[in-house]
Amino acid sequence: MFRNQYDTDVVTWSPQGRIFQVEYAMEAVKQGSVAVGLKNDSFAVIATLKRAPSELSSYQRKIFKIDDHLGIAISGLTADGRILCRYMRNECLNHRYVYESAMPVGRLVRQVADKAQVGTQRSWKRPYGVGLMSAGYDEKSGAHVYYNCPSGNFYEYKAFAMGSRSQAAKTYMERRGIGGGGERDAMTM
Amino acid sequence: EVISVKPVDAEKKRTLSPYVTGNSVLAIKYKGGVLMACDMLGAYGSTKRYKNVQRVFKVNETTIVGASGEISDFQYISNLLEELTTQDFCYDDGCTLTPKEIHAYLCRVLYNRRNKMDPLWNSLVVAGVDPLRGESFIGSVGMLGTSYTDSHVATSFGNYLSRPLFREFQRDDMSLEEAVSLMQEALRVLFYRDKTSINKYILAKVEKEEGVAISK
Repeated sequence: MFRNQYDTDVVTWSPQGRIFQVEYAMEAVKQGSVAVGLKNDSFAVIATLKRAPSELSSYQRKIFKIDDHLGIAISGLTADGRILCRYMRNECLNHRYVYESAMPVGRLVRQVADKAQVGTQRSWKRPYGVGLMSAGYDEKSGAHVYYNCPSGNFYEYKAFAMGSRSQAAKTYMERRGIGGGGERDAMTM
Repeated sequence: EVISVKPVDAEKKRTLSPYVTGNSVLAIKYKGGVLMACDMLGAYGSTKRYKNVQRVFKVNETTIVGASGEISDFQYISNLLEELTTQDFCYDDGCTLTPKEIHAYLCRVLYNRRNKMDPLWNSLVVAGVDPLRGESFIGSVGMLGTSYTDSHVATSFGNYLSRPLFREFQRDDMSLEEAVSLMQEALRVLFYRDKTSINKYILAKVEKEEGVAISK
């Protein structure tokens, strides 16, 4: 992507119908360290590669437990990721308090996506610079893996990878054909 | 000298006493699901004013809620439950609220209102069948926010008159016929002994496969 006159703020469209700020945010996800997720009927697994800012520092944590039935992996601006993690934990807690049951993963993911969309349509805000991969288990519908984009979209996947050099993981999973795998598959990746 | 300032109509906005009230609601588990019964009276004090009041509300295909106490508050609660169901419908993800979740939700609503000293003047009974596990569920929530679950539940006068019968004769593996006749016996006792009751009643049942059925 080259710098151009339509990329100053998120409320400007380009003549080709693109919002560059959002695409730049997604670029930040691609530069982050890799995270991989996959599922079968009863398990959903996520794995990340931890990076350390320098040789002397500790590795940055990128997987967070949201609730007993749900966890996320982030790629990109980890600070943004922690904010979303806090939001998700809060929503899950509130749901548990009111309904005494686990929050359906799909609904929480949808709420996060709607929250991310707000950052793409306000002149005083910026998009979240983090890709969120959620792995969760609903009693009603089984295991799920979702991907949340800075653009405010979310997608459900059987298997997915994000971050730098994630294409290799994606190709490997496509070729191998995901479906009956369990925890071992994610370890292999 | 302390001067307390209250908005002028603060007192008018709290429920101080119920006006049009419903009578007991009874619910028992049986082999195939749950059974709920109540009469169709909306009493205005001692006057038997409204004789065709539906006090059982179908929330979704797996749950029904019955109420005794202030009818207008029950209508408000029915509205809230309908909003929840509509939300589920709009999500369109196959996830619907289970009886347990609805019970927990109503507990929180009623308890919060009681904490504001503005209660919803109802005793609610939530009954249904959990679609995943096929387990029957009966729960009760009072206007003070007290809640519990059991195999048989009754509100208002039913607590004193019907529950002894339930304790003696109700079993979780009763057949539908046995359950209906036990319920009718309980209703008969209530009609004899409770002064604000009429002999018109409805039965509602929830079963795992067939869902909700409410008689006329």
